[in-house]
Amino acid sequence: MKHYPSQAVMAFVAGVIFAVGLALSGMTQPQKVIGFLQLGEGWDPSLMFVMLAAIPVHMLSYRWIRGRRSPLLDTRWHIPETKDVTKSLIAGSLLFGIGWGLGGFCPGPALTSLGAGHFTAVVFVVAMLAGMGLHAVYVRVSGKN
Amino acid sequence: MVDSILMALLGGALIGVAASIMLIFNGRVTGISGILNGFLGGVSAERLWRGAFLLGLLVGGFFMGLLRPDLFLNTSARSLTLIVIAGLFVGFGTVMGSGCTSGHGVCGISRFSVRSILATVVFIVTGMMVATGLKFLAGGL
Repeated sequence: MKHYPSQAVMAFVAGVIFAVGLALSGMTQPQKVIGFLQLGEGWDPSLMFVMLAAIPVHMLSYRWIRGRRSPLLDTRWHIPETKDVTKSLIAGSLLFGIGWGLGGFCPGPALTSLGAGHFTAVVFVVAMLAGMGLHAVYVRVSGKN
Repeated sequence: MVDSILMALLGGALIGVAASIMLIFNGRVTGISGILNGFLGGVSAERLWRGAFLLGLLVGGFFMGLLRPDLFLNTSARSLTLIVIAGLFVGFGTVMGSGCTSGHGVCGISRFSVRSILATVVFIVTGMMVATGLKFLAGGL
């Protein structure tokens, strides 16, 4: 049972809603992200509430949805099953954190701002794609995965 | 500040809804870095839904930019050089660490994944150290 076109339609809908959520939440304003990450005087905690709303909503729906045998448009679930805490997980998250703190952009808000036509986001996304490419090269050279 | 918090809650709830739509229809995790990386180099049969999701993000951003340009104001004084370095780190790091704020921070934590909880703590703490450090080095924002 293949539902590729309808899967794409629902993915598109999810993408639009995700972008609207990111924009409304303040995540597409790098100075707000930096204001949250930058502790001390003038700390802006508001972006903490993005996760504090997104997680309970998805936590409840997750339990309910996973009670089903399969998704509506596929025959099986595609949820990561890995449990191992690896060096790559920690090192990669560390590198991501460095980049996030330096620029104030993470991937979703960067793509949303790119859609809104922001030049800084264009520069950031091109560099981010290059970073992903560098990782592919790193995997090939080091033989690690 | 209260307005900011209410907007963050509303936006966050919508993000949770979007992730739930992706889960119930497609059975997938809504991790932006993973979807993007998979679109670039992954299995061709999966390019369609990945591309459609990414297009949705761009289209959503485009219309929000028209309706509410104020939500995209960038008053941060980070130089373009710093933005390029930041992008390289984010691209490399999110692939190496198998996720970002959406995949680990929202979807992973919502299903109590130990890997995602650890990853989220690491990138938030590191992000805070870097941003706070820069504030003291360069006088902030």
